[in-house]
Amino acid sequence: MNDIAIRIEHVSKQYKLGVINTGTFFRDMQSHFARKMGKPDPNAKLGNEYFDGPDTFWALKDVSFDIKRGDRIGIIGKNGAGKSTLLKLISRISAPTEGCIKINGRVASLLEVGTGFHKELTGRENIYLNGSILGMKKRQIDRILDEIIDFSGIEQHIDTPVKRYSSGMFVRLGFAVAAHLDSEILIADEVLAVGDAKFQEKAIGKMNAISAEQGRTVIFVSHNIQAVHSLCNVGAILDKGSLIKSDDIDTCIRYYNNPENMGRDKAWTGSDGDGNLVVHRAELYPHDEIIDLLIEFEIKNPDMDYVLCVQFFNNEGRLVCVNSFSDIVTDEEYAQLKSAGNHSVMLQIDTSIFARGEYYIEFDFAIHCVKRITTAKSRVYFEVFNQRNHRHPASCRENTIEPIWQYEIQA
Amino acid sequence: MKEARTVPEACNKNETWTTILRPEHKLLDLKLREVIKYRDLIGLFVKRDFITQYKQTILGPLWYVIQPLISTIMFAFVFGNLANISTDGVPYILFYYGGTMLWTYFEKCFRDSSDTFTTNADLFSKVYFPRLTVPISKVFINMLGLAIQFGLLIIFYAYYLLTKSPVHPTWYALLFPLIILWIAALGTGMGLIITSITTKYRDLKQLIAFGINLWMYATPIVYPLSQIPQKYSWVFYVNPVSAPIELFRVWFYGAGYVPPYMIVSSLIMSAFFLFLGLVSFSNGERTFVDVA
Repeated sequence: MNDIAIRIEHVSKQYKLGVINTGTFFRDMQSHFARKMGKPDPNAKLGNEYFDGPDTFWALKDVSFDIKRGDRIGIIGKNGAGKSTLLKLISRISAPTEGCIKINGRVASLLEVGTGFHKELTGRENIYLNGSILGMKKRQIDRILDEIIDFSGIEQHIDTPVKRYSSGMFVRLGFAVAAHLDSEILIADEVLAVGDAKFQEKAIGKMNAISAEQGRTVIFVSHNIQAVHSLCNVGAILDKGSLIKSDDIDTCIRYYNNPENMGRDKAWTGSDGDGNLVVHRAELYPHDEIIDLLIEFEIKNPDMDYVLCVQFFNNEGRLVCVNSFSDIVTDEEYAQLKSAGNHSVMLQIDTSIFARGEYYIEFDFAIHCVKRITTAKSRVYFEVFNQRNHRHPASCRENTIEPIWQYEIQA
Repeated sequence: MKEARTVPEACNKNETWTTILRPEHKLLDLKLREVIKYRDLIGLFVKRDFITQYKQTILGPLWYVIQPLISTIMFAFVFGNLANISTDGVPYILFYYGGTMLWTYFEKCFRDSSDTFTTNADLFSKVYFPRLTVPISKVFINMLGLAIQFGLLIIFYAYYLLTKSPVHPTWYALLFPLIILWIAALGTGMGLIITSITTKYRDLKQLIAFGINLWMYATPIVYPLSQIPQKYSWVFYVNPVSAPIELFRVWFYGAGYVPPYMIVSSLIMSAFFLFLGLVSFSNGERTFVDVA
């Protein structure tokens, strides 16, 4: 027997971006046959070449590392770094595109608390259901049922349907089941980010007990560096789908917190374009909520019907908005912009309605309805701090936009 | 498209690992051993569905018999009394109720398994367990409903036997469970094919909801096979559900006739659909999380 619990070998995961098909079978067939017969696809969006950029992306690229038996490994990285993808692969929810993952021991994955709870069933029935979904046998659950109920602290309500539970009780029950799973490897994703502070403390304590005393392997992903630090002894840092560091947890956190290592570039210089137009430089100058964006580009083929757009993506790669600055300028300015030679434009963008988080900008410079010219190469990053939600800033809302509210509390 | 890439050598070495996850997989990878390991889960799914289906209802599991009973009365009135379609001498209630009961079972197995991926998307994207446990549990929960309905059939049956109505049970009736397995395999197999496709094409659901009603009328439920003109008999060779339902009547009521070729072709089709369903399901379960 070796002392490796999980060996990850050259694992890559590719996702398709955008539309997988036209959504209906009939139109897919139509497109398929049209392509076969060499005719234009009747369902292509107008000026389809416009969208001919890369339609796949690698959420993980050639990641290899070992997790030793009994290690508590914290996987750190920014949003979209591939942490969740990695967990999904290890917990068998999704299959790797390349490479392989070897596992020694039974895996219990906890990507969510209370997975499979049915709200009509009682707490007790849900313990059995949830436990079985997570891989326990009925007999095993019988044995530890009392312990689970005791840990959850909701003895009185255990025979009440969970739809009458408060969200706190729901989470406590879910975590109680998970904490008592009898597996050699436990995978946990942000589960500690739920519940009140007291419960979180209890949960971290339990996780510590699980791994330290029972010698189980724990793989833990969280944005909460504090929690990672108190729970884990080793770490792995992922960035843009690649493993950039794998070391003991202190070294990893120090590395991660150092902006020199993990900084996202605010500036880009290079050459992105074709014979019509080339972008040479993009740079962001953030001043609180206002950011200035400098773009330098060269028009080689003048007077085409250019559309010059700026695309904002959030850190999950989701498009937040596209704005064309070539459409807001006056006719004279537009004529000047598309004349041959070097141009430099400074845009001022008010990001105050963006939700807190990291964003990046890509350019969508195109000839209208003919082709897209720029690629994802010329990408710059910025961060929105947005302190308006100062009380529970890290709650799990998946906003990309947060309108500015005026409020008045009436007596 | 996968780019050609040399598989790292270590991937091929025979070391002692409990599980190895890799991109490629066998065409038919049912992981039956795992399914058996999770048999408690199948039981709990059945229990969950049974409890929650009729929670906060007045009549509870009685609904299992109310639905086919009302259909039976409707059919007896419309097709028996008004249209005067022969039932091969079998009393109306027995004739229509038996057919409806089996059709309901087929339809439920088909529909439930064809919804596997769409209704469990949340669960499937959070935790791994053998996905096949879900459609299998549906086979059982529907069997439970069928058992209740069958109980009522027995009551009717006893009544007609006592009143000396023209029903002639054969010993083959004891082979009833085989018919149920046959129908379950057919319905589930077809459903599994559909569920792998509906993850990509949602509109297939509309077609099924509509098509299944038409399909029922192309199956000998409200009429016996003997009433079908020769030139349409191909429909029942093509429709694999006809044979088990008509066979049920032959065995239970001693009425009607199923050509042996029809039985053979239905059995072959059932096996084929089940196989195809399992293949597409095991393919679908690996990729569906990335598509849905």
